[in-house]
Formats: sequence, C-alpha cells, structure tokens
Amino acid sequence: MNLKRYGVAVAILATAAISLTACASNEAAPAATATKTASNLTGTLNGIGSSAQGAAETTWIAGFQTGNPNVTVNYDPQGSGAGRTSFIAGSADFAGSDAALKTTELASTFVACAAGSSAIDLPVYISPIAIAYNVAGVTNLKLDAPTIAGIFKGTIKTWNDPAIAGQNAGVTLPSAPITVVHRSDDSGTTQNFTEYLSANAKSVWDAPASQTYPYPVGDAAKGTSGVAAATKAAANSIAYIDESGAAGLSIAQLKVGSSYVKISAAGAAAVVAASPITTGRAANDLAIALNRMDTSKNAWPLVLVSYLITCQTYKDAAKGALVKAYADYVVSPEAQKAAASQAGSAPLSTALASKVSAAIATIK
Amino acid sequence: MTAGTTGATKAKLRLGDRIFSSSTILAGSIILILLAAVAAFLVVQSIPALVAKPGTLPNNASNFWVYVWPLVFGTIWAALIALVIATPLSIGIALFISHYAPRRLAQTLGYIIDLLAAVPSVVFGLWGIVVLAPFLQPFYTWLVTNMGWFPLFSGPVSGTGRTILTAAIVLAVMCLPIMTAICREVFLQTPRLHEEAALALGATRWEMIKTAVLPFARAGIISAAMLGLGRALGETMAIALVLSPALVVNFFLLTSQNPNTIAANIALQFPEATGVTVNALLASGLVLFVVTLAVNSVARYVVNRRKAFSGAN
Repeated sequence: MNLKRYGVAVAILATAAISLTACASNEAAPAATATKTASNLTGTLNGIGSSAQGAAETTWIAGFQTGNPNVTVNYDPQGSGAGRTSFIAGSADFAGSDAALKTTELASTFVACAAGSSAIDLPVYISPIAIAYNVAGVTNLKLDAPTIAGIFKGTIKTWNDPAIAGQNAGVTLPSAPITVVHRSDDSGTTQNFTEYLSANAKSVWDAPASQTYPYPVGDAAKGTSGVAAATKAAANSIAYIDESGAAGLSIAQLKVGSSYVKISAAGAAAVVAASPITTGRAANDLAIALNRMDTSKNAWPLVLVSYLITCQTYKDAAKGALVKAYADYVVSPEAQKAAASQAGSAPLSTALASKVSAAIATIK
Repeated sequence: MTAGTTGATKAKLRLGDRIFSSSTILAGSIILILLAAVAAFLVVQSIPALVAKPGTLPNNASNFWVYVWPLVFGTIWAALIALVIATPLSIGIALFISHYAPRRLAQTLGYIIDLLAAVPSVVFGLWGIVVLAPFLQPFYTWLVTNMGWFPLFSGPVSGTGRTILTAAIVLAVMCLPIMTAICREVFLQTPRLHEEAALALGATRWEMIKTAVLPFARAGIISAAMLGLGRALGETMAIALVLSPALVVNFFLLTSQNPNTIAANIALQFPEATGVTVNALLASGLVLFVVTLAVNSVARYVVNRRKAFSGAN
C-alpha cells in the first residue's frame, strides 16, 4: 500500500516537474524589445491559428509583453483552419494562418469587425521548406524539381537511380531503396510543397496542390517534429520539412533556373518579396501569390508564408489599437530577428516589411 | 442465506439515508445525461457529413461510408492485433503474480504494472517513435525477406518501422495494466478448496491451474480482454504518433501503408479541418462510439453466458 502511495506521489511530482519545465521553456524567449516609449496599452488579445507560427508567436508575445506589461496576448496553435473559423466567428481577436482567407471566407460576416469592414491578411512569417535526407556518407545532394516529384511520388525508388545520379556526379549513392517520409496530418507545409511541385514538375506531379499528401507512398509522421524524428531514425530516408525542424539532417540543394541553390532565409524572403500580391482583394489585404518559378539568383521558391489575419476596422476600437500595436511589433526588425533565431523562420525583407507596416497603419 | 432478515418491517428512513440515496441517484443519472449529451452532439454534428454531396468530403470520398470504412477497419484491426499480443501476456503476468512468484516479488510486480497505467499515452507514443520503431525495423526487414510468402508479412518493408504492428505493440503495452489487474484479481478468487482438491488428486501446479484456476476465471479473462479492447479502440495519441497512416484497407503488418484508426485520424486532421471535413471527422467519432458500444455489449453478453459454465458457482 505504502509503495503504491509513494508511486502516485512520485508520478504527480514527475508530471508537475514536466509541465512546469514546459511552461518555463515557453517563456524563456529573449526579451529583446526596445521599449521606446512607456506603453499605456492595456487589455488582452486572443489569437488562434497555425501551428507553424506557434514558436514565432511565442517569441513575439514574450517580446511584446515586455514592452507592454499591461497587455496579455494569448496564442493557441490549434491550426490554420481552426484559427480562421474562430476569427470569423469572433472568438479570436486575430488568426494565424498558413493560407490567406479564401474569397468565400472573405464574403462572410466577421463578428469582431465593424459593420461593413472586412478582414485583411498580413504576411508575417516566412519559412523555407527543406528537402532533408538521411543517407550515410552523402551530404551534398543536388536535386531538381522533377526528380523530387519522382521521389515523392514513388516513381524513383532507389538512391542510385539515374535521375538522381545524373545530377550528382562524383557522389557515391547507395543502391538502397528510398524511404519517403511525409506528413500524416493536414498541413500548410504539405500545401506549399505540393504547390511548388505542381508548378515546377507538372508532368510528374499530376496531383493538385493540397494540405493532404496526395500519393500512397512512403511513411507518414505527425507534425514537423514527427517527420524529423522518423527521418533521423530511418536510414536512406528523405522528407520535406520546415527548415527549423531539419537540424541534424542534410539538406539537398535545389535546382532553381539553371544552377543549384543552397537553402537560405534570405533566398526565401526574396522570393516572397518579389511575388505579386493577389489581385481583386481589398487594398490592405496582402495575400501573396507566390511565384514558385522564381529563378533569380539564390532564390528559394520552396517556401511557406504564414499570415496574421486581423480586421481592417474592429468593432471595439480599443481592441483595434491593441491588435495594431501587436502587429506593428511583429513586423518590426527586432521581432522578425527574434523569430528567426527562436523559430528558424526567415525575416521579412525590408521592402515587404514596409508594405505590411503600411497596411497595419490602417487598422483601426 | 439471509434467512434472519426476512419479513422485517419497513425500516425508518433517516435523513442521512435520504441524502445518500439521492446523491447516488444524482451521480447515476449524471453519467446517463453526459452520455446522452455526447451522443446528441455527435449525431447533430454528423448529419451534414452523412448527407454531403460527393466532392465535398475529405479524400475525395463519394460518400461518408466510403470515407469511414478504412478507418473502421484500421481501428478494429489494430485493436485486435493488440489484443492477440496482450491477452496471453497479461494472463501470464497475472498467473505469475497470483500463483508462482514469491509474495514480496508479486507485490512489487503488481505495483509496477499499476504504475504502467499511469504513464500518459503520449509518452508511450514518443517511446514508440524514438525507441521501439527503429529497434524493430531490422526484424521487420528480416521477416519480409525470409517470411514474405506469409501474407501478413508481405513487403515492401517500412523503412522507419512505424507499421501497424509497432502501433499494436504499443497499444498492447497500454492495455496490459488493466488486463493484468483484472486477471490477477480473478485468479486470486479461485476457491482455495478447488485448488487444494486438484493438488490432492495429484495434479502438478500447471495441471491445477489448468483444471481449477483457468476455468473459474474464464469469464473474468474475457471481461479483461474486452476492457483492454475498449482501451485499444479509443486510443488516440499513441497511434497518431507511432503509425504511418495511409488510405488503405489491408492486412499487411510490416509496410508503410497502414490503415489509420478513427481516433488517430480525428487527432491528426482536426486542427486544419474546415467545413464538411469537421462534420465528417465528428461523424467518424460517432461511428467509433457505436463500435465501442457494440464491443462492450457483446462482451457483456459473452461474460453473462459463460458465467454459468465457468464452474465458479
């Protein structure tokens, strides 16, 4: 009996220790905010949305709350779809989403926004997607889009396939079968990866872009961390993954135009900045039509853009001021830099950041 | 048995009795209300998915039943494999604790098994990904190369080891505590006289267990298995983490393309779901509800039917 009682106590202590550590690691983000003016903002903001943005939001919230001690910002990374739905229904003050609002969603009534006012998409989070692999002895793999499409569709089955070997002269590739690892949950990463392939390798990748992985090929794993764990554990495996999760794996160079490019935050940000804004939307709605075929130097078109979705005009002016201040902080260079170091994102380029700032200035 | 109390006049009801009986009635009805509320919620939310037009459902399913069938199959298949692994194991552990182990060891072992029940399923899931799957992968490769002719083991082998067999092993570990605890209790309740009679007739310990303990415990073993099955059917997080799911219906144990379970599918797809997809996921939850109910009813039926022949009375 006693032993059982102790066992329970130990279990409770262990659980408490684990959960407390978890809290602590959330709040350990650096407080690098330059408090320019003493803030007189007060209130609470609730955001729901993209889990890809989760780590960055945590960093931003920590920074923002340091500068504005009377403001509480909560972000619940339930997922992009959940975020958009909650925002439309008015249960979230802002949403984080890996996709801009759809036109059908824009037509709905936004409960938190003033009558006649709609919502706007603000690109705030850019993440390059890596083609990460785990092949013993191979560290500088080069791949073009049709080859990647072939591998992930299952038509290229072994590492020494001529399609791969042809691009990697001098590299000793094993004859082992390729283990493809992809996401088992619907995700913005899959959406962007499939968008890239259907734009650049249409003849091979004949499935439309989707959040769900379209082909019955390879192993599926949950979330970025699940994919990373599976890829690390399995020899001769390859996966697409947010660059932040690719630590410990080799990252393939991507053929862009006629040369092979190494993954870089700057290259990803440049592609986003050079891409046009989707036409036919409100003036401050900065939904980006990513140019997946960008072939400029060092461009990395395999990129995910995540949006902060807010009202153009809030019903509650105080809420509007809070959201405006928060969004302003999020696109500031120091917040973008903090997210880059904490969440592995690519900071917005200056050109795009000023465009987003101009849109934020109109939030009421 | 209760000859002394027959014909008693109606006892005076004290205040304490009233309070106690009404609070138990309240507790009893709350569980019914909760269950009814959950069922009503699921039914209401399911309707849009059940009447959805082709093309609006996830996975391009032509109707809801096409969508949910692979999930139902996966749920039952994974739970069955888990049960096949866990039942003999838990009977063995329980017999060891109740009839073989020295008392001190038996007690310690009992506590450890109980502790296993306190481990959260997400931890089992992580253990499955990080330790178990990579550990088993070479065995799977061997099985596929050498035993591939056996339909269950046909390839191609999974490169990561995250197959339905791995998931079922994790499930089996998770079912063990409850199954072992029940089996142990039932084995310990075998009438001492039956056991001693068997031994007196010259039975060895194994023969005694075979002739006295196991027949007595049969109903208990079945209910233990059914409780384990219930746990396995509803398990979410461990499966979502460990299994490499695909949209298939097959019996292969060692490939990357495994049927997913209902609960894991909901956990995986709900965060990014919108529109009818949400309804489809909730409707699949309703199906799981019905399946679990059916399993439990069958278990009750079997247990009740077997009780008469178990020799226990």
